[in-house]
Amino acid sequence: MSDMLNSALPGAGFAGFVTVNEAGLRGMITLRGDLSSPVLAGVLKDAMGLDMPAQRRVTQAGTAFAAWMSPDELLLMLPYDQAGAMAQKLAGALAGEFATVANVSDARAVFTLQGAAVFDALAKICPVDFSDFAEGDIRRTRAAQVAAALWVSGADQVTLVCFRSVAQYMFDLLCAAAAPGSEPALYA
Amino acid sequence: MLTLTCPCCGVTAEETEFSPGGEAHLKRFGPGSSDQEYEAYMFNRKNPRGVHFERWRHAYGCGKWFLAARCTMTLEVFGTYAAQTLEPPAEIVAKIKDRHPGWEGYS
Ligand SMILES: [Zn+2]
Repeated sequence: MSDMLNSALPGAGFAGFVTVNEAGLRGMITLRGDLSSPVLAGVLKDAMGLDMPAQRRVTQAGTAFAAWMSPDELLLMLPYDQAGAMAQKLAGALAGEFATVANVSDARAVFTLQGAAVFDALAKICPVDFSDFAEGDIRRTRAAQVAAALWVSGADQVTLVCFRSVAQYMFDLLCAAAAPGSEPALYA
Repeated sequence: MLTLTCPCCGVTAEETEFSPGGEAHLKRFGPGSSDQEYEAYMFNRKNPRGVHFERWRHAYGCGKWFLAARCTMTLEVFGTYAAQTLEPPAEIVAKIKDRHPGWEGYS
């Protein structure tokens, strides 16, 4: 049987010149609609306490986060066991609005990268200039051959979100990028 | 290396983060058009050596389509603009004319 109630690679970790850890199950809701709509912003605030994020930014309220993914898309992150009920609550509150809500928690894998040279590891696999990448920023790009979202979630910390189906590829890729002795020393 | 700035999300990245979508500003000829018009719409492309207008999609980023004006010789990008634009914007045309005084203009 498939292991549906586990994350993609439970407990997977690697200590290189940055550490790579699979972050476990995370609740994720895709909210699409007109991000400039006061109704949408009001529902986000009422249901989750979250402010509407600015372009390519992430806002936080307790254990919940709202990430700007495109001009008409937010990624809402919250504890895994709350995602189903929250998605229903949002869909109800947005009934009649030009908006869609989907619980995508099980479609994703999440990795946490920690270390002063975290951008050096990512620079090897992402076509991104990290020099102006600040805490609270989020950026969608590719990591080698697969799509990824990179969020500077703390000091020297990046949270990477990808599709669950490519979790093993991503983990292997991140481990290779963080291999001890292979620091490109671009940013740190 | 071709570097584009997506007007939809503001990200500047090199071309592997984007997907090319061919020539921009094509006028569609569908049912009721002549065979010649339909053939031209389907197959005839400018393919210039120099100033060109193209469709691009920010495939690994925000996912949105946009248009770009660039030089196919030098990869210089004159500007990117919304996909919902029917012809090259005046400020981009002015920039191209500044860089390429001999350019025959968009037609
Ligand atoms: Zn974009």
